[in-house]
Amino acid sequence: MTNDIYILGIETSCDETAASVVKNGTEIISNVVASQIISQKRFGGVVPEIASRHHVEQITLVIEEALANAELKPAELDAVAVTEGPGLVGALLIGVNAAKAFAFANNLPIIGVHHIAGHIYANALMQPMEFPLLALIVSGGHTELVIMEGHGSFKLIGETRDDAAGEAYDKVARVLGLPYPGGPQIDKLAAESDGQIEFPRAWLEQDSYDFSFSGLKSSVINYKHNLAQRGEAVNPAHVAAGFQASVVEVLTVKALKAAKEFGVKQVIAAGGVAANKGLRASLEETFQNEGIPFYVPPIALCTDNAAMIAAAGSAMFIDGIRGNLTMNGKPGMPLSSWNK
Amino acid sequence: MIWLGLDTANTPISVAIVKDGELLVEETSAMPINHSLRAMPAIEELLTKAGLTPSNLDAIAVSEGPGSYTGARIGVTIAKTLAWTLGKPLVGVSTLKALAANALFFNGLICPIVDARRGNVYAGVYRQEDGQPIGVIEDGHYSLEELVVLLEQQSGPILFVGKDTAMHEQKIVEQLGERAVLAPLQLNLPRASSLIYVAAQSEPETDLHAFVPEYRRIAEAEANWLKEQGKENDRG
Ligand SMILES: [Zn+2]
Repeated sequence: MTNDIYILGIETSCDETAASVVKNGTEIISNVVASQIISQKRFGGVVPEIASRHHVEQITLVIEEALANAELKPAELDAVAVTEGPGLVGALLIGVNAAKAFAFANNLPIIGVHHIAGHIYANALMQPMEFPLLALIVSGGHTELVIMEGHGSFKLIGETRDDAAGEAYDKVARVLGLPYPGGPQIDKLAAESDGQIEFPRAWLEQDSYDFSFSGLKSSVINYKHNLAQRGEAVNPAHVAAGFQASVVEVLTVKALKAAKEFGVKQVIAAGGVAANKGLRASLEETFQNEGIPFYVPPIALCTDNAAMIAAAGSAMFIDGIRGNLTMNGKPGMPLSSWNK
Repeated sequence: MIWLGLDTANTPISVAIVKDGELLVEETSAMPINHSLRAMPAIEELLTKAGLTPSNLDAIAVSEGPGSYTGARIGVTIAKTLAWTLGKPLVGVSTLKALAANALFFNGLICPIVDARRGNVYAGVYRQEDGQPIGVIEDGHYSLEELVVLLEQQSGPILFVGKDTAMHEQKIVEQLGERAVLAPLQLNLPRASSLIYVAAQSEPETDLHAFVPEYRRIAEAEANWLKEQGKENDRG
């Protein structure tokens, strides 16, 4: 017998069906992700019913593969952690019910994890978390600044008032006629661009940590429209570079201001948009200049995965948090501190 | 031989445990309870009532639809996960066939009905042979008019079973007259014991991982996409 803790993580909140085994909350033993990007590409975005159908096809396969890669039997696990919310309800239900059935059949405790807590805890797989900590969460569904005073303590200090950063990327990509998913395409175009169009920055009220990206998206649409009226063609690279510069500057400046105000020991980035090279470079440079430790996980741990859910689930397991068989998918689940 | 049966494919939920051809416990409810909340606790409670643990189960039967997409997925996900992790066989049974099995001793055709909104139904037509429901008209998504036309081409009395029959009773009786017989209330809910009864005579799934609900309809986005492709091909 060892005192090591092995947690099986399951994630199905959007369009990735994922399972992973994590040891002691810090070490990835296996990490399996079945992506639906190829199927969803046809529709130019994630269609909930299609996502749910894919999850049912993949769910036991990914769990089996995660256990096989970890060379573990169910009885050797300590608990099952699953994304309880937020996300697409029909998609969440597949992971939650598979997790409940698996946990029940193998007499294991079950733990419901908040998807964003998972994104934040992806960082625990790379280096120890030090508190107070500032997390910048940027993804297709989220743009948030969260202060953590300790494990399981989440204080939301800013969030988007309209579109999430990733959503804005996808919409602008569509305006530019780029294929889905648009974020990586814009990032690439921006990096290669030899010029950029100036778009506005939405700073909101002076002391606000909130974000707004819908105005920026409208500016891009208006710009394209005006050019079209004059019979001129858009230079997609220049638009991509200008749009990205605006998003990156606002995110970086607000994160830096929050890091200073709350005197944090560590700043971490999380979520699919944290895979954006332009954003990573800007955050890295800014916090290095300020002498504040900044971390962002490798790209595979920024996008949706189950290792991050297992990592957060491990911290919850150690804190004594347990769910039960009445657990349900919670599409609008708020990020609140977990109760010890 | 101990069977667990689960039906969450429509508003009602039913869970049963059958041992050696004998029904031990069953929970059937037509109340609009969230299946995701209730299904696993019901399985746990019924196993406890029967004095059993999950590892005592020998086989699992599940209602595979058609019906509510989400409902069918909840049942199928639970059933395939249990069967896979316990290493036990899984049998998927049509929701409609299981409903038909409620009314096996009717001397004529049996037409199970599940409402599919906007004047549509999921339905099939069965008859009894050697104590099992045998398909006469394939399970599918029909407008009520289409279904009635198909039934008019058949002869003899037709028993309509399923609680949603009530929503379409008037039209059915109007069109089919005395040939239409409406099942009594005690036969109108899906019963997991009926599901197990049919499953026990059926072959288990050969590829557990690939087992998915029988939606009987492609997703709307998929249908639209195929339509678009068709248009492009016409142009091209
Ligand atoms: Zn995410």
